[in-house]
Amino acid sequence: MTGFILRRLGESLLAIWGVVTIVFFVTRILGDPAALLLPIGASDADIQALRGQLGLDQPMLVQYGQFLLNAVQGDFGVSFQHGRDAMQVVLERLPATAQLALTAIAMGLVIGTVAGSIAALKRGRAIELVVMAVALLGQATPVFWLGIMLILFFAVNLGWLPTGGYGTLAHLVLPAFTLAVFVSASIARLLRSSMLEILKEDYIRTAKAKGLLRHTVFFWHVARNALIPVVTMTAILTGELLGGSVVTETVFSWPGIGRLIIQAIEAKDFPVIQAGITLIAAIFVLINFLVDLLYGVLDPRIRANR
Amino acid sequence: MTHFLKDLSRSRAGLFGFVLLVVIVALALLAPLLELPDPTRGDLRARLAGPTWEGLFSPGAHPLGTDEVGRDILSRLIHGSRMTLMVASTAVVLGGIVGTVLGILAGYKGGFIDRLLMRLVDIQLAIPLMLLALLVVAALGPSIRNVVLVLALTSWIRYARIIRAQVLSLREREFVQSARAIGASTARIMFLHILPNVLTPALVVGTLELARVIIMDAALSFLGLGVQPPTPSWGRMLADGRVYLSSAWWTVTFPGLAIVLTVLSVNLFGDWLRDYFDPKTRSAK
Repeated sequence: MTGFILRRLGESLLAIWGVVTIVFFVTRILGDPAALLLPIGASDADIQALRGQLGLDQPMLVQYGQFLLNAVQGDFGVSFQHGRDAMQVVLERLPATAQLALTAIAMGLVIGTVAGSIAALKRGRAIELVVMAVALLGQATPVFWLGIMLILFFAVNLGWLPTGGYGTLAHLVLPAFTLAVFVSASIARLLRSSMLEILKEDYIRTAKAKGLLRHTVFFWHVARNALIPVVTMTAILTGELLGGSVVTETVFSWPGIGRLIIQAIEAKDFPVIQAGITLIAAIFVLINFLVDLLYGVLDPRIRANR
Repeated sequence: MTHFLKDLSRSRAGLFGFVLLVVIVALALLAPLLELPDPTRGDLRARLAGPTWEGLFSPGAHPLGTDEVGRDILSRLIHGSRMTLMVASTAVVLGGIVGTVLGILAGYKGGFIDRLLMRLVDIQLAIPLMLLALLVVAALGPSIRNVVLVLALTSWIRYARIIRAQVLSLREREFVQSARAIGASTARIMFLHILPNVLTPALVVGTLELARVIIMDAALSFLGLGVQPPTPSWGRMLADGRVYLSSAWWTVTFPGLAIVLTVLSVNLFGDWLRDYFDPKTRSAK
């Protein structure tokens, strides 16, 4: 087990290093920060001076080395737009993104688990058809369009909820529900097929044959095993949503990380892009690492195989 | 082929998806012959006209309404579908070729190439696809070619992982072992013996990827980084129509419905295709 943890830890660090490297070189293609920082019409001498000051006149590899050295210490430089430490700017947006992501996941998990279980247990009935049709529609609907439609109905026409913004619980409802629709659709479909697989297993027949109560079989034998793939899916979705749902945050003017990064890309604010994407990647990699550990706890077969 | 159609006609969902998809593709292909109003020319006297079915077949009719400069929405949707379908399918095929070749290489050769590829997949998975796409399009500039490249870049991973897993079991099979025993070269085994056996899973992945890529393409143009105006695109229509949300609901409703219907048809057909080629679920029916 220790060997496994160490190997996964090494792989995780390698992945983060890869992301940092890719982001460094891609942002360099975006343009010359020195030319962007100075007002239009600045003299070449001014640009050269600023390039020297920012270290941009150094060879690319030297710049990259310096960048890595600072990045390890969490220092991504000063944001061009905000004039403050870039990582600080990103971290300030983390609570808004986390609030939205975790609410959406919680809502989606509840709706998805209930819907998926109903669909699996009521196989062949009308209700299964309805649940699966809604789930399919939910997966086919782009979140930005769903968001706009929800704004149209609940904010513009009915006036019940704000059209966008951040602050109160009322602001959270529409964006969280928008994301929850996609999450619950994915979970319902996955859980249904995983339950149908397990209902066919011999140990379920054994459990039924020895006269266990129906709900004992369901909760202890079916649900527990069927939830293993759901845990992975939930973790992956959490990682993705914590990375900021760029589109949803844009539609609802939600001040999260996703919207911050897209604004930084538009403004060519390199330090913020680099800090933001590195933080997101680190969160994602960490969550995946934890899921792998959790797997062993949930499924003894996986633990034994290591 | 007859078996294929017979099985398809037995699945209501699969058949519905297939027929819907055929209709959408046919409309896109036949768009120039349909005598639709020019999708790029506005009529300022008919700005933001609501949908109306009156005089449906007369020349000035706008059955789905007009946008903020008086362009016919139905015509823009159909012309927009050409671009969406072309961009998405090119990206999926491109990603499919790269992903399949790399998946076969990693699965068959193993060792260093395999480890390298898997680490590359880890790295790319750690960056949210949407952010990666936005960043790369911003770096390269928003052109059709770059959008296709970026979408292909987000797509190759899924092929590579699934094909690799397939190849891992294929390479232990007798026909591969015997090809090796009679001295076939590695390249010959990979492309003449293994490749034909992974084309089916690649096709299934490709269909399901198409749905994802269509949504992503729309999201990119929604954020202003897709195909540039005046070429009509669904995501762009949504973004432009958003401003008139309270007064002209049709400007955002119909482009969104077009996306949903297209993605739904591809998904339904893709799900059926996966079950059709998967002997495990087929026998269970």
